[in-house]
Amino acid sequence: MNTREITVTVNGRRHTRTVEVRRTLADFLREDLGLTGTHLGCEHGVCGACTVIIDGVTARSCLQLAVQADGAEITTVEGVTLPDGELHPVQEALRDSHAFQCGFCTPGFVMAIYGMCEEKKAGKPVPCSRAELREELSGNICRCSGYQQIIDGAEAALAAAKEA
Amino acid sequence: MKPAAFDYQSPTSIAEAVQMLAEPPEDGGDVKVLAGGQSLVPLLSLRLATPARIVDINRIPGLTGISEEGGVLTLGALVRQRTAEHSDVVARACPLMAAAIPHIGHTAIRNRGTIGGSIAHADSAAELPTVALCLDAEMVAHGSNGERTIPAAEFFTGFFSTALAEDEILTAVRVRSVAPGTGAAYEELARRHGDFAMVGVAAQVRLDGDTVTEARIALSGVDAQPVRASKAEAALVGHTVDEQTLSAAADAATADLHPASDLHASAAYRKHLAGVLIRRAVRNAATRAKESA
Repeated sequence: MNTREITVTVNGRRHTRTVEVRRTLADFLREDLGLTGTHLGCEHGVCGACTVIIDGVTARSCLQLAVQADGAEITTVEGVTLPDGELHPVQEALRDSHAFQCGFCTPGFVMAIYGMCEEKKAGKPVPCSRAELREELSGNICRCSGYQQIIDGAEAALAAAKEA
Repeated sequence: MKPAAFDYQSPTSIAEAVQMLAEPPEDGGDVKVLAGGQSLVPLLSLRLATPARIVDINRIPGLTGISEEGGVLTLGALVRQRTAEHSDVVARACPLMAAAIPHIGHTAIRNRGTIGGSIAHADSAAELPTVALCLDAEMVAHGSNGERTIPAAEFFTGFFSTALAEDEILTAVRVRSVAPGTGAAYEELARRHGDFAMVGVAAQVRLDGDTVTEARIALSGVDAQPVRASKAEAALVGHTVDEQTLSAAADAATADLHPASDLHASAAYRKHLAGVLIRRAVRNAATRAKESA
């Protein structure tokens, strides 16, 4: 078996593991680190359920090999909850907007919206109108089709995120 | 939905990468270059691509620069699409690229996807190959025989095919910076933002007063490779951008098109769409040209 040793920081914790080079980052997070909050829908970059933050920006964890993440800093949905266990403002905004039905797509939406809020805090341009938000989030699919509430939640979360 | 086994190499110099590309795998099979991976990794997962070896070029330093010198914009092959999208240098020197990039996939895709990767992948529905062809970009390639420059007109050779030899990697893309009075637009139609476009149109025009002095148009999604609409360009030069000129340009471009029918759109619809999008792109490019004059 073709393997490599990698060291990855996930949610602030360093992990060193030997991985098969064909293992995707998504499978590494879920199966090797047990971080099953990152969901896998389509496994080819279309559904957005596996979205995580890699070195500060959103990325599809199914579209990257684990071996490529050697040395990277990653935040998964498990890492956005505040240290005291309180929900992150993005999670709160989605909860308050009733933005869930089955919940399968939720981790991907949380990470995509979290990524937008972080960009806003860093002073980068982010979607302003609902139409722009819809376009921005069109990379995440909700098969329960609960988009209205998800957009409501994203709007509220972005409004609450302030430029540092 | 899991990639087949392959051998993985991550060179730290161009020379090392070229050597890995040139050396055939022991048991045969293809060697594939991995850049941003936003096209290759899905192909691996779907097992549409089963290379024997993957050469990951992400650890090669010096391929992420954006610079403008002597009226030429140079983008390293590993510049992430999102970086180019937010670059003031790209916005000023190559407004067509700045207009095209937001159409690529989604933010999370553009955060990883690279300029060079998209061009080397040469999907006929993709934005950056169409931009490269439209602007007569030059592709810088490194191979066993050293460095060479390939003009865009010779670079795209067919369905997912380029002039790159098996032992060559694309290292940079060069385009001429725009002159004052130039405007650009990229228009495409996809069923959902980020999906593959049924048809896309890249247009760049330069105006002197109201008269077009230079026009560049290229189309995606209408053939096996991006297509330059030279006859439409000729129909614009020397004219003002009015409804009559736009119709002449759209008719000139679509007369020669023979797009394919597929699940997403029929040939007739694609041809109709090309005309509509050419009008829209040229009109928008001309408006922006006036604003920049």
